Amino acid sequence: MTSARLTVPAIALVAAATAAEARDQIQIAGSSTVLPYATIVAEAFGENFDFPTPVVQGGGSGAGRKKLCEGLGENTIDIANSSSRIKQSDIDSCRSNGVDEIMEVRFGYDGIVFASAINGAEYALTPADWYSALAARVVKDGALVDNTARTWADVNPALPAQDILAFIPGTKHGSREVFDVKVIEAGCEATGAAEAMKAAGDEKAEGCLKLRTDGASVDIDGDYTETLSRLAANPAALGVFGLSFYENNTDKLRVAPISGVTPTTATIASGEYPVSRPLYFYVKMAHVGVIPGLREYVEFFVSDDIAGPDGLLADYGLVPDPELKATRDMVASETPMGPLE
Amino acid sequence: MTDAAFPPARPRGGSLLEPDARTLRRNAAEARFRLYGVTAIAIAMIALMILLISILSHGTSAFRQTFLHLPIALDEAVLDPSGTRDPAALRKVTTIGYGRLIDRALGEAIAASGITVEGLGKSDISRMVSRQAAATVRSAVLADPALIGTTQEFRILASSRIDGYMKGRVTQDSAARDSNVSPAQLHLADALRAQGLLGTSFNWRFITDPDASELRPEAAGLGIAILGSAYMMIVVLALSLPIGVAASIYLEEFAPRNRFTDLIEVNISNLAAVPSIVFGILGLAIFINFAGLPQSAPVVGGLVLTLMTLPRIIIPARAAIKAVPPSIRDAALGVGASKMQTVFHHVLPLATPGILTGLIIGLGQALGETAPLLLIGMVAFVRDYPEGLPGGLFDPASALPVQIYNWTQRADPAFAERASGAIIVLLIFLLAMNAAAIVVRRRFERRW
Repeated sequence: MTSARLTVPAIALVAAATAAEARDQIQIAGSSTVLPYATIVAEAFGENFDFPTPVVQGGGSGAGRKKLCEGLGENTIDIANSSSRIKQSDIDSCRSNGVDEIMEVRFGYDGIVFASAINGAEYALTPADWYSALAARVVKDGALVDNTARTWADVNPALPAQDILAFIPGTKHGSREVFDVKVIEAGCEATGAAEAMKAAGDEKAEGCLKLRTDGASVDIDGDYTETLSRLAANPAALGVFGLSFYENNTDKLRVAPISGVTPTTATIASGEYPVSRPLYFYVKMAHVGVIPGLREYVEFFVSDDIAGPDGLLADYGLVPDPELKATRDMVASETPMGPLE
Repeated sequence: MTDAAFPPARPRGGSLLEPDARTLRRNAAEARFRLYGVTAIAIAMIALMILLISILSHGTSAFRQTFLHLPIALDEAVLDPSGTRDPAALRKVTTIGYGRLIDRALGEAIAASGITVEGLGKSDISRMVSRQAAATVRSAVLADPALIGTTQEFRILASSRIDGYMKGRVTQDSAARDSNVSPAQLHLADALRAQGLLGTSFNWRFITDPDASELRPEAAGLGIAILGSAYMMIVVLALSLPIGVAASIYLEEFAPRNRFTDLIEVNISNLAAVPSIVFGILGLAIFINFAGLPQSAPVVGGLVLTLMTLPRIIIPARAAIKAVPPSIRDAALGVGASKMQTVFHHVLPLATPGILTGLIIGLGQALGETAPLLLIGMVAFVRDYPEGLPGGLFDPASALPVQIYNWTQRADPAFAERASGAIIVLLIFLLAMNAAAIVVRRRFERRW
């Protein structure tokens, strides 16, 4: 084994020397929510331009931004996909590795939908219902008590008398953050639990995000296909999906409107449907002009044919950004992003 | 010691034909043991059968695909407005332009065959054709600009829902609830099939084409994944066979027995038990971050899998060398062979079958391994084929197991079928590798 330990890195080094030729394809990594959109664009880009098809990896928003900030050069990625906005800590780590200029491109919105199996019960929910069903502590007769609701009818008499069982994204998923902020926190405010928590000394009402641990809410660390198969086994349960996933599986899922609004690209774009988030990608400006096709890829991505209201991505379930025109102008002038507000 | 200390002698006159109680017990124990063995094998066989049946029943349909046979008028006004046949100008026409030609051709074909369409808009009809079709036509035209202005018969992919209907995955009931397909489209598909415009046939492109995006599952193929896996196996074989065999020969035949070699032996056994993801982390740190090898490249995957496979090859190789009878060595040394001649002329040939068995198992594990590849960027969407060897080792590629992993995560149900199809391809790949190794082993097999 000693010989193996020495030989393998040696071979690797020799190989590295021979591989010194320039990289000619764009490399992209990041959010698994943005991944399908990025592959659709990469595929169309590869078949319509003379550049090679970009190589797209998943891995998660945070991991993608971290990779983007690893430094400059051919062994680092050119674009990070992200389903949440870049954080100051990412910008700082970028700067310390010499990645000074990043361009932020917001290309559309993604809706989060709640659905049960097609033969399951019908639900029409509000954030307050969600909070009362899933939170660890709820307000009852003006006091904070542990959540003992067993069925949805316990929460709200208008709902079916089905046991509460929800499959929600695990904490490593970007969609969990949206669910927490737009549904659970909103419900916490609406039911008055936030007030009660603040009165009890929890100034930021952090207790809002504590979900019950008695099995009513199940974290799914896998992807939406896992949530879908769990629903197939528990038709009465509710699951959390991305809009595009739902639109590809409307024959198996029954969507639950939130506050009376059914999620569609129209209701999400207008802001009527509350649970949505912007989608971004971040471009390493130092690589523009060095990696062939990078500029063209970014311009192609924000063109009307792709990200516009009738574009390719809208077919897959992207909610178009009403301000796409401004984004396009920003890309054309290659303006790097300023400091975060 | 008196005779009384002995147990009483067995009663005489017992017949061999009438076994006594003890013999009966022994026989019963043996029968039970045989039954346990048969049960164990039966359980294993049933598990294997269930696995195979489920994979085959889900996956075989991936090898068949629904195609439209369509005469398409390659209109010069659309494809080459300048009329110069200048390749640069031809490339300016995107697949969107070609898509319109296909829509028009499909509309004309439907009208010409006298099918009446009810409740279908123009966009509903064009959504029955795969988005890949425009790319197919475009690359045909770019390859041969003389086609412009003529009408050509094309075999283009139907969309995944229509394909699913032909294979029974999509039904009229599910289509009524599905936002991507309507029952009217399925009626039209039936009518087209009756006219011979639509049909299902064996799909080589599933094996040769690259992966496709989620908008066109019908076009996704395994070409790059198969190439990537093959490249990685070449790297693993080229590195782990010589290194593994050399290490085991040295350790078994030449190394002095001391604490240091004991330490190495313990470490090899421990390495074989290290979870494979650890090798991925090591590969990321050494080969990509330190040595600067490219991401997503089969060479890095091969190196990482070599590290993982080596201990799993060395352990059985040492066992095989140890199993060669000492008499063979003694005889060779006795007639004056040197130690090295003894090893290479006598011990190694006799140990080869055992070494190859270890190699097959090691390579089989390496072929199916996904976890270490996650970290070195092999789980990527790659559409450009890697070059030939050896340069292609450095081009981005995918691998069979990560392609399966990738497809099971996708939203469109058509990818689930393709994932099962990919498992079949992986199994065939594995069987082919094992068969080759068995043939080689047979040739070396020697008895003493």
